[in-house]
Amino acid sequence: MTLTELTAHELHDRLSRKETSAVEIARAFTQRIEAVEDSVQAYNLLTGERAMAQAEAIDAKLARGESIGALAGIPMALKDNMCTEGIPTTCSSKMLQNFVPPYNATVVERLAEAGSVVLGKLNMDEFAMGSSTENSAFKQTCNPWDLARVPGGSSGGAVASVAADEAVFSLGSDTGGSIRQPAAFCGVVGLKPTYGYVSRYGLIAFASSLDQIGPITKDVTDCALVMNTIAGHDPKDSTSAPVDTPDFTKYLVNDIKGLRVGIPQEYFGSGLEPEVAAVIKAAIAKLEELGAIVDECSMPHTEYAMPTYYLIAPAECSSNLARYDGVSYGYRTEGATDIINMFKKTRSEGFGPEVKRRIMLGTYALSSGYYDAYYLKALKVRTLIKQDFDRAFAKFDVLLSPTAPTAAFKFGEKSANPLAMYMSDICTVPANLAGIPAISVPCGFANGLPVGMHLMGKAFDEGTLLRASYTFEQNTEHHKAKPKLGVS
Amino acid sequence: MLDDFEMVAGVEVHTELWTKTKIFCGCTTEFGGEQNTHVCPVCLGLPGVLPVLNRQVVEYAIKTGLALNSEIAEFSKFDRKNYYYPDLPKNFQTSQYDLPICIGGHVEIEVDGVKKKVGITRAHMEEDAGKLVHSGATISTSDTSFVDYNRTGVPLLEIVSEPDLRSIDETVAYLEKLVQILEYIEVSDCKMEQGSVRFDINVSLRPIGSDKLGTRTETKNLNSFSSVRRCLEYEIERQAEVLREGGKVSQETRTWDEAKGITLSLRSKEEAHDYRYFPEPDLVPMLIDREWVERVRQTLPELPDARRLRLMGLGLSDYDAGVIINSKALAEFFDAALAQFNDAKTLVNWVTGDFLGTLKAKGLPVQLSPVNPEGLAELLNLVAKGTINGKIAKSVLEEMFATGKGAAQIVQDKGLVQISDEGAIAAIVTQVIEANPQSVADFKAGKERAIGFLVGQVMKASKGKANPGLVNKLLQEQLAQL
Repeated sequence: MTLTELTAHELHDRLSRKETSAVEIARAFTQRIEAVEDSVQAYNLLTGERAMAQAEAIDAKLARGESIGALAGIPMALKDNMCTEGIPTTCSSKMLQNFVPPYNATVVERLAEAGSVVLGKLNMDEFAMGSSTENSAFKQTCNPWDLARVPGGSSGGAVASVAADEAVFSLGSDTGGSIRQPAAFCGVVGLKPTYGYVSRYGLIAFASSLDQIGPITKDVTDCALVMNTIAGHDPKDSTSAPVDTPDFTKYLVNDIKGLRVGIPQEYFGSGLEPEVAAVIKAAIAKLEELGAIVDECSMPHTEYAMPTYYLIAPAECSSNLARYDGVSYGYRTEGATDIINMFKKTRSEGFGPEVKRRIMLGTYALSSGYYDAYYLKALKVRTLIKQDFDRAFAKFDVLLSPTAPTAAFKFGEKSANPLAMYMSDICTVPANLAGIPAISVPCGFANGLPVGMHLMGKAFDEGTLLRASYTFEQNTEHHKAKPKLGVS
Repeated sequence: MLDDFEMVAGVEVHTELWTKTKIFCGCTTEFGGEQNTHVCPVCLGLPGVLPVLNRQVVEYAIKTGLALNSEIAEFSKFDRKNYYYPDLPKNFQTSQYDLPICIGGHVEIEVDGVKKKVGITRAHMEEDAGKLVHSGATISTSDTSFVDYNRTGVPLLEIVSEPDLRSIDETVAYLEKLVQILEYIEVSDCKMEQGSVRFDINVSLRPIGSDKLGTRTETKNLNSFSSVRRCLEYEIERQAEVLREGGKVSQETRTWDEAKGITLSLRSKEEAHDYRYFPEPDLVPMLIDREWVERVRQTLPELPDARRLRLMGLGLSDYDAGVIINSKALAEFFDAALAQFNDAKTLVNWVTGDFLGTLKAKGLPVQLSPVNPEGLAELLNLVAKGTINGKIAKSVLEEMFATGKGAAQIVQDKGLVQISDEGAIAAIVTQVIEANPQSVADFKAGKERAIGFLVGQVMKASKGKANPGLVNKLLQEQLAQL
């Protein structure tokens, strides 16, 4: 097995045993990126020199006989909406094409302390708005399993890079499914933590009350290791929960006997592809075989999750993205006639169509005379959706659904129809509205394309999600499958 | 004032709170730094940053609310007020909308001897915007504009009054009283020339006797009491003219042109911003602990009204008490002097007379007075004990201002101790009578005023040191014997 195919914990073992060096690993990834990046197009920016310096620092530590942390010397990459000091952070938008942050996001600081090697910044849907990464202003990231298909989105680059062995792991962000849906499409593990578990400081906001950073990894063990590094209270983020974080690896237990798994019927609606449904059905059977107690349940407000999301997220986005006006950073139009004209032209030219669509939706929803009917109503329905989860979690430890109703679709298949694209997140959005953790785990293939099993848990109960996912993974082979990219 | 209309006004007062750091980041709030040096990613609103609320801002807001007799909300939150302007780096202002920290309250004012309670609607916390510097007169007539973000994120408290004000005098009295309270409780430096306190005036007119409100205008960003007075004089006359001609006042936002002394339309009701307020998702709601409120209440100093009553209880006139409490610094000076010289009436005469007069002549604030309260008390105690007389005391005070020396020291150095020895004074009196036969004759002929001249001659001969009471007594005695 080549170095680039290994997980973080496997690489850590080899580093600790001095069977390889951080520089050797970094070099392997540089070569792998050179070999496949033309096909995959995951990266907006490569930071090879910095990565090599970080790797050398880890090797120096090892040479001094010091012990290193689990993620030290492990090459990873960041979705391009996490601020990196001195390194462009673009949100895959023309608006921020030349923006170089003067500060690091908290997660970036934590990874630096952990000694991770940062390979670069990853492509995404512009400002994290989209489900296919086709909304990037810069490039089209391909699904490593089928280059004619989308990797999912909005964390398309983050997921494709891990699936294509261009990074050991990556960090994505998830506002309505942007980690989990692409993780399902590309056959990797993606966790959206509980809202408030991981600091949002330095994550360029899309929808503040929904956004959450999370790990994208090759297996569940790595997911726990990354959580150990990035989770925890941050005084710079007022919405960060003041809770102690456990050692997430303690939940990596191969045992789900007696685990109560609820199957919410509303997540298996008419848009679900039969091939995907069959794979999920088999996964449920596997869990039962492993000792889980599975039962159907109903979450009656699920049908309102999408409309609720498409009021709250655009409303927040319309305000969060108001700052991109050309005044002090980012794109500014040429030859504006006055200040209002400068604002209008800058924003007309700097944003892509999906971003504009959501800004307009959100502006409308917050407008005088419409606020009560739209935004306020959406907040109330959000509470009802949370209550659905509270009731379900009184009976079940986790809730299971497909991560997405379909496997990866072809480029252009849905980009002309925003509503069809939005439905790709129908299973993932409710967890964001409720603020609960949810994970997508590879569970099989439909027509040769990966399918993800979606598990949702109680707030701050990532542990149970990890235990269920780990047990499933240890007893199946799906996560070991690799896409054939036509290179070795 | 108008004789056909009654004015109805309410005021929004924005006061910068006197915290060391900004409301949502650790940058200094200091005024006057080099442009764009008191900034960080958070107050610049860079992509990805998040606000963290400064606890001191909340504490000052609570303190203000208590001083204004407001109810302090148990549950309060921040909201975003969305509008585009280049001095606002996020293009929204983090403010409070429907759940402000202070609810209700009142301030008592007095105009022409009539007391009145002016209602407070609410007070809420928000962040200040930056400052625009234009190459021309305004943003629309300039080729270039620059933004200084030093002020961005300085904490503000917006205090909104009820439309209870019925005259210009009441409006100014309300604002003076409010600023005085803010100064007393030390939540703001109240430096109006630096924009620490700014006023938005809402005013409408209605026919005298009507109880229906007329259409109002709002004039924004006045920064002195005199501007408020001039602005209202102009604006109510302007509205009155419109109404007298049978027209309608249009509801609009206006701006004050200080140089021309006029208000100008800024935007009409139709052009008014839709601020699209919604709860600030980057901050969690505040649950304001009652114990905290009580702890803050304990830190409230004696407020101006209570202080005035206490001073009047010591025998001060309403007017004198008003002069003393007008500034917190003077009131504290008075109290400190009073601690060592307990004749409040004598003290107030000196403080409001020679002391303030000299300070004013020197252009000094009380805080920078070369004579401290203990020094003044020392001087007045010398008078009370008869060591020096009042006239000498005035010159000693001058000397104290000039040199910074203590009163007793000056008296000793200059040999200014009052002569109260009857024998010594009698001898001088005898000499003066002998030297001024004409005046003596005048006095004997019934010209009472002549004695004044003789007293003056005795004082002059004693270099001012003779006890004036004794001089008068002994002169009368000797003249009677002639």
